[in-house]
Amino acid sequence: MPDGIGSQQEVPGQARDAASPVIEARALDLTFETNDGPVHALRDVNLTINAGDFVSFIGPSGCGKTTFLRVMAGLETPTAGEITVNGMTPDEARRARAYGYVFQAAGLYPWRTIARNIQLPLEIMGLSKSERQERTDRVLSLVDLEGFGGKYPWQLSGGMQQRASIARALAFDAEILLMDEPFGALDEIVRDKLNEELLDLWARTDKTIAFVTHSIPEAVFLSTRIVVMSPRPGRITDVIESPLPKERPLDIRDSREFIEIAHRVRDGLRAGHDG
Amino acid sequence: MTDAPIAAPGAGIGATGRALRRITGAAAPILTIVAGIIALWYIAVVPMNMHAAASQAERDGIPVAPDTAIARQELTGTSLALRNTGIIPQTFNQDRPRLPSPHQVAAELWDTIALKRVTSKRSLVYHGWVTVSATLLGFAIGTGLGILLAVGIVYSRAMDLSIMPWAIASQTVPILAVAPMVIVMLGAIGIQGLFPKAMIAAYLSFFPVVVGMVKGLRSPDAMQLDLLRTYSASRLQEFLKLRLPASAPYLFASLKIGIAASLVGTIVGELPTGARAGLGARMLVGDQFGQPLVAWAALFAAAIAAALLVGALALIERATLRRMGIAPA
Repeated sequence: MPDGIGSQQEVPGQARDAASPVIEARALDLTFETNDGPVHALRDVNLTINAGDFVSFIGPSGCGKTTFLRVMAGLETPTAGEITVNGMTPDEARRARAYGYVFQAAGLYPWRTIARNIQLPLEIMGLSKSERQERTDRVLSLVDLEGFGGKYPWQLSGGMQQRASIARALAFDAEILLMDEPFGALDEIVRDKLNEELLDLWARTDKTIAFVTHSIPEAVFLSTRIVVMSPRPGRITDVIESPLPKERPLDIRDSREFIEIAHRVRDGLRAGHDG
Repeated sequence: MTDAPIAAPGAGIGATGRALRRITGAAAPILTIVAGIIALWYIAVVPMNMHAAASQAERDGIPVAPDTAIARQELTGTSLALRNTGIIPQTFNQDRPRLPSPHQVAAELWDTIALKRVTSKRSLVYHGWVTVSATLLGFAIGTGLGILLAVGIVYSRAMDLSIMPWAIASQTVPILAVAPMVIVMLGAIGIQGLFPKAMIAAYLSFFPVVVGMVKGLRSPDAMQLDLLRTYSASRLQEFLKLRLPASAPYLFASLKIGIAASLVGTIVGELPTGARAGLGARMLVGDQFGQPLVAWAALFAAAIAAALLVGALALIERATLRRMGIAPA
């Protein structure tokens, strides 16, 4: 019997290698055909996300940031260009369960307890009951929800529900976490707390995270790289490497570097709007 | 702390007390309505039975104005009552009333439900069971069929386009016209008794189940379906783990409509065929042999049976949804 719980689950190698690309997009185009004519959701998008990166996508609504995330997840198919996730097509990566996806709403099933919600993907993957239980306990403690496994979603606050949905995405140990405005519906105070917790989680698990947001402070606080996008057609206008250290207390937001990056993001957003 | 649990442990205490208060609180308005209906009923009894009461009084030698039946026919029940206020009490206790009064119906119900042996052909429990058993069989068939059709409609575009118009059309056909045909045709191929009535019950009950179940199976939003796609879940897993549990509240709402429709269908199935047993048969016997009390008692027995069936389903609904964690305990 293995004595270490959790430590043996982690796959060594690729995730630790900071330079290896996990997601690569080349000349990506996506056009939706609608009744009002074609909508260019993505135009000539090129981006490489390396293992261990925390990449934020920021831009006004309609800039294609969520669409891009959905393309990575294999939920939308690009009309042109190439994209690989872990060296596979997004659809293959989806079938291989290469990523966990966190939606804007927690989307917990009201008829399942928190623990059984977290076990949902594990049931679908056909894991044994003891394995499911063990993983559920582990991710519940990762998101600071120990003791809430037996509660139903309606018994939890919005912030706790969103933490449970993150735990659900972490439960099957995918190395990539795709997050679509996960804290968009939460108030400022809860959002700050969850931002801190997410950074802590990222540092502990070595996940590669793609994170969609419309909040400049959130993007700057969390990311190693910030991708600024603009609408009509949705395209990347700026990619900003963050000079901030990996350790980030909340008051880093008052530092000069932080404010400078935030300025550059704001300029990028403004330029995108004029163009 | 901003994200403390909304319901602390022990929040369930006092739920029984609340439930009790809710029941007594709900009883008062209901009793008021019932009292109002009974009062109106008694008022309506007077003009309806006045002519018969006056003729009876005339035979008994009590002076009545006007003094011939033909002259009285010229008057409405109300004006006859106003001229002969002394006879009004007798309208409430006619042997063969045009409209029986509430206490007569209550006495007949008590007599035929509680005082007759259950095996007696005059027992409403016996006739009620004949009707309810066919209702339950038809309800089970209708529910099963409704769920199967709903699954087909949700998963097959061809069925979605083809079934729904027919299902709606089926419900626009007057059941009173269809019921005798079904009974006669099934009788011609040797199927008699419970099953033909159950078919009519099923015919009426499948429709609300289809409509509710389709809505329930389609109730998960795009995000919940996308979530399962990110897990690479199969369509069977999508059905069992998401669509089916999500449809439970919709299904129960439909079942309550469906079982009441089943009972109506069974009674309609008993009416045109000279059935000798069942609440429908009792209603027919009462009408044809001038025993309005029998018909009225059967009518009320049917209402009581419907209330019990819907009530039983409501209890199952509460228990199920609470067990699923959907309804707060």
